[in-house]
Amino acid sequence: MKSSSIFRIVIGLYLVLFFAYMFLPLIFMTIIAFNANDIPQITPWKGFTLMWFGELAKDDQMWSALWNSFIVAFSVVAISVPIGLGGALLLTRLQFKARNFLYGVLVSPILTPGIILGISTFLFWDSYLNIPGGLWTAILGQSTFISSYCMLLIMSRAQRFDLTQEEAAFDLGATHRQVFWKITLPFLKPALISSMALAFMQSFDNYNTTLFAIGVEQTLPIYIGTKLRSFISPAMNALAVIFIILTVIGAVVYEVRRRREIIKAGVKITPKPAAQVIRM
Amino acid sequence: MRNFWNTALRDLGKIGVAYILITVGVWLVFMIIIPQLIMFDYSLRPMLPLRDIGGPKDVWTLKNYMVFFSNRLHMAIFFKTIWSSIIVTLTALAICYPIAFYLAKVARGAKVGLLMLGLIIPYWINELLRLFAWQIILADMGILNQLLIFLGIIADPINFRMGNGAVILGMTYAYILFMVFPIYNVMESLDKNQLDAARDLGASWLRIHYKIVMPHAKPGIAVGCTMTFMLAAGTVAAPQLLGSPSSFWFTQVINTNFECANWNLGAAYATLLMLLCVVFMFIMLKLFKVGLKELTQ
Repeated sequence: MKSSSIFRIVIGLYLVLFFAYMFLPLIFMTIIAFNANDIPQITPWKGFTLMWFGELAKDDQMWSALWNSFIVAFSVVAISVPIGLGGALLLTRLQFKARNFLYGVLVSPILTPGIILGISTFLFWDSYLNIPGGLWTAILGQSTFISSYCMLLIMSRAQRFDLTQEEAAFDLGATHRQVFWKITLPFLKPALISSMALAFMQSFDNYNTTLFAIGVEQTLPIYIGTKLRSFISPAMNALAVIFIILTVIGAVVYEVRRRREIIKAGVKITPKPAAQVIRM
Repeated sequence: MRNFWNTALRDLGKIGVAYILITVGVWLVFMIIIPQLIMFDYSLRPMLPLRDIGGPKDVWTLKNYMVFFSNRLHMAIFFKTIWSSIIVTLTALAICYPIAFYLAKVARGAKVGLLMLGLIIPYWINELLRLFAWQIILADMGILNQLLIFLGIIADPINFRMGNGAVILGMTYAYILFMVFPIYNVMESLDKNQLDAARDLGASWLRIHYKIVMPHAKPGIAVGCTMTFMLAAGTVAAPQLLGSPSSFWFTQVINTNFECANWNLGAAYATLLMLLCVVFMFIMLKLFKVGLKELTQ
């Protein structure tokens, strides 16, 4: 009994330390966004201010980078989710010898450093084919690996699909089109929606691949990277605060939905949480 | 083969099969395979002025790779990338294993949700911003220096950005959570009765982990290590934001090659980085005796 209570204290302490390590840097970053000091530090504290948010809003570069980020992210969703669906159908519905090998090739972009994807995409289109790169090469480079994530996400649901439903529909004279729209697609819908969200976030956050694939254009992460390498203003903290707030909201929604689905499904492991929610 | 097409057409219809062939075909050929091959091809060709490209001088050669192997500094940077990525990976594993275990097998009820949130939030924050947080902490007049001075441990601020420490610290912070989730996922499927049984039979917790939990968690550990290593070795942002002129990293060398418009040399260096990650992945697969299939599930 005694040793187990010591054990509990040790574990508790460990958790506290770990989460302090995870959150303190983010908390510092947040506090600094409201310090009227023009170096991004907590001390000296020169009073509460919202001026850094105003500063950020005045930056035209930021707005155009944000706009580009949206264009890229929506395009990536439009490309990656259909590709992911195709890959998932191929790997779950068809049996063929090279299946495992193909699976390996299709997930390989996830295990490839982002910088390599960016470089190879840019080299191929811009340098080799001589079609000037830009936002669209960034879209292609990102889609290369984001499609793999979408595929994995859709696959994990497609694997649980009850094929007899389709067979029954065929027996009753349904066409392929009807079966797809009335049975397969509604069943896959939750996975498709989460893969859209995942693809959007992945794209919106991507730095490594984009940096090399985008040429001279800027997305928001590229803009942040450029800013952080030169003179750092607390306006970046203001931007970080906005990111943090959006992330917290997103994470809460995600976790609530996940729990609800677990309860609905009645089993423990239903949606694998974040294995597929890897970023970068 | 004919059998395959017949079944495919029967199950998915013409449009379904065409859809799969087109989407996967485009992805596989134009996004995955050809760009990689082109990069490799570039790495094997000398940098030439435009008029010589395609001419008699444009032949395959290992010259670009020889540049690397004859450049002591670049080789040193490459090895630094390897060992620091290994440090980051091992640190992440050591820190995250207990967290993943606690989350999967010890915590109950609402606590799980809360802890999960506590992991997802920092995990989802943009990589650059997480590094920025450490830029602030490690700055000359930053929080850490202020604290150390306040405590009287040091008299003058330390320049943490000198050397490699800051980059390694930043990488660990930025990529540590890529270790938690894969391990958590596999640990979740471990039957708790096995643990209880072992405990009832008098096994120590060390033995339980060594004999039951770890063998079960192998695929997750392999995934976590592969991902963390790959991210650390391939990070562009960490050295950019936390490095100093005295500490140059391999991705920066690659970047410099492209900035100097020597794309062929850049492609060769990029290929080396790629090879490094592939080799590391296969070492993980061998070490943990898992298949590629398990690795990505």
